[in-house]
Amino acid sequence: MRVTTTVNGETRHADDVSESESLLYLLRERLGLPGSKNACEQGECGSCTVYLDGVPACSCLVAAGQAEGSDVVTVEGLAPGRDLDPVQEAFVECGAVQCGFCTPGFVVSAHDLLARCPNPGDDEIREALAGNLCRCTGYEKILDAVRCAASRMPSQRSTV
Amino acid sequence: MVFLHATSLADAVAALSAHPGAVPIAGGTDVMVEVNFDRRRPAALLDLTRVPELSRWWVEDGRVRLGAGIPYARVIAELGDRLPGLAMAARTVGSPQIRNRGTVGGNLGAASPAGDSHPPLLAAGAEVELVSNRGRRRVPVCEFYTGVKRNVLAPDELIEAVWVDSVAGPQQFSKIGTRNAMVISVAAFALALHPERQQVGTGIGSAAPTPRRAREAEELLAGELDAAGLWESRGPLPATLAEEFGSRVCAAAAPIDDVRGSAAYRVHSLRVMARRTLTWAWNDYRKAA
Repeated sequence: MRVTTTVNGETRHADDVSESESLLYLLRERLGLPGSKNACEQGECGSCTVYLDGVPACSCLVAAGQAEGSDVVTVEGLAPGRDLDPVQEAFVECGAVQCGFCTPGFVVSAHDLLARCPNPGDDEIREALAGNLCRCTGYEKILDAVRCAASRMPSQRSTV
Repeated sequence: MVFLHATSLADAVAALSAHPGAVPIAGGTDVMVEVNFDRRRPAALLDLTRVPELSRWWVEDGRVRLGAGIPYARVIAELGDRLPGLAMAARTVGSPQIRNRGTVGGNLGAASPAGDSHPPLLAAGAEVELVSNRGRRRVPVCEFYTGVKRNVLAPDELIEAVWVDSVAGPQQFSKIGTRNAMVISVAAFALALHPERQQVGTGIGSAAPTPRRAREAEELLAGELDAAGLWESRGPLPATLAEEFGSRVCAAAAPIDDVRGSAAYRVHSLRVMARRTLTWAWNDYRKAA
C-alpha cells in the first residue's frame, strides 16, 4: 500500500508498504531516516520515540498504515540542517551520550517535556523519561543534560 | 494482510462485518507487539484511530460514556475528577509514550488478567458497550471477561464505549510491580465506596485467570459498615474489619506462580493492598464529611 505522511515538515510518500510494518520501519527503511532506533519492538525501551501528531509515541507500536495523513517529527526534525536543538546541545555538553543508541529517544522525550514544562523538577524529569532505557550512563548525565537544557529554555532565559 | 481505514463508527462496523477476522487496532501497544514478533498475522488490521465517535466522552444520566479509543493520557488529564479510580490506574500504565497511545478499549479487547483498567472498572460497576451490524448491547464489565485474554466479543463486534458512574464516593487503586514505570502488574486491587447506595465495589487484577470482583469482601464490608452505622457516622474504621476485608479479598483470588511473582506473594500483596486501599478510601470518606 501507499502511505503518505508529513515527516519533519515535508510531505513524504512511500510505496509498497507492508500492512504489517511499523511506522519505525517506514521511517528507517523507506524514508531514509535512521535516527529513530529499532531495539525492543515492544514499547519497552523508547529508543524509537517520535512525535506523532504532536505527542511522543513509540513508532514501533504504530502500524505504518495508521500514520497515513499524520504529522511525524523525528529526532532529525528537531532542528534545521546541521543545527542542534538546545536539548541535543545539552546532551553533547553534559556527556549524556555513551553508545548513543538510546539518545534519539531520550532527546525526543526530553524535548517534549521541556515544551510542556519549561522548568521541570527532578521528579518530572524522571517521570517524563520513564519510558526510555539507557544501559550505559546510569542516567545521571542524562538528568544533568535535561536540567541544563531547561536552564536555557527561552522562558527561563527571559526570566533570569 | 489487508489494512482497513475507518473514519466513522459506521465505517468501522461495516468493515468488521465484511472482514470478521480483522483485528481492530487503536494505540497498537498490544497488537503491534504481537505483529512485530510474528505471534499474530491477522488477515486484516482495522485502524480505529480516526473514528471520532471512539475518541469522545460525555456525561449522560450521571454516567460517563468513555469512548473506547480515548488514550490513558486523556483519562488522566480530563477525567481525574469524574473517574478517579480509573485515572489512578491509568497513571500507572507503561510510560508517557504508552499512555499517549494505549486505550481503555484496547485493554478490554486484550482482556489480559493484568490489564490496569480492569480493577477500577470492576469496582465502579462499569458496563461495556459493544456495537456490530446487528445492533448494540451493554455488558456489565464483571461478565465481560471469559478467560485468560478472552472476552465476550463476537468476531463482528467492536468495543464502542465504557459506561461508568460519575464518582459519588472515594475510589482507590494499588498495584504491585518491580518499578514505578513500564510494569506489568504482579497484582493489583481497586476499591470503590458507594455511600449513596451503601455498597462497596472491588476489582482484583493479575491474581486469577480473569480480572474479577471479590464479592464476599464487598458484602462483608458493606454489611459491617451498615451494622455499625458507619456510613452515616463516618466514624473510624475498626482495624479488625480492614483485616477481615483483606482476608476475604485474598479468598476471592486464584493466582498462579509465574515469572512476575509467586501465587503466595500475590495473595499476600492483595491482603496488604486491600487493607491499605480501604484505609485510604475510608479516610477520604471521613474527610469529605
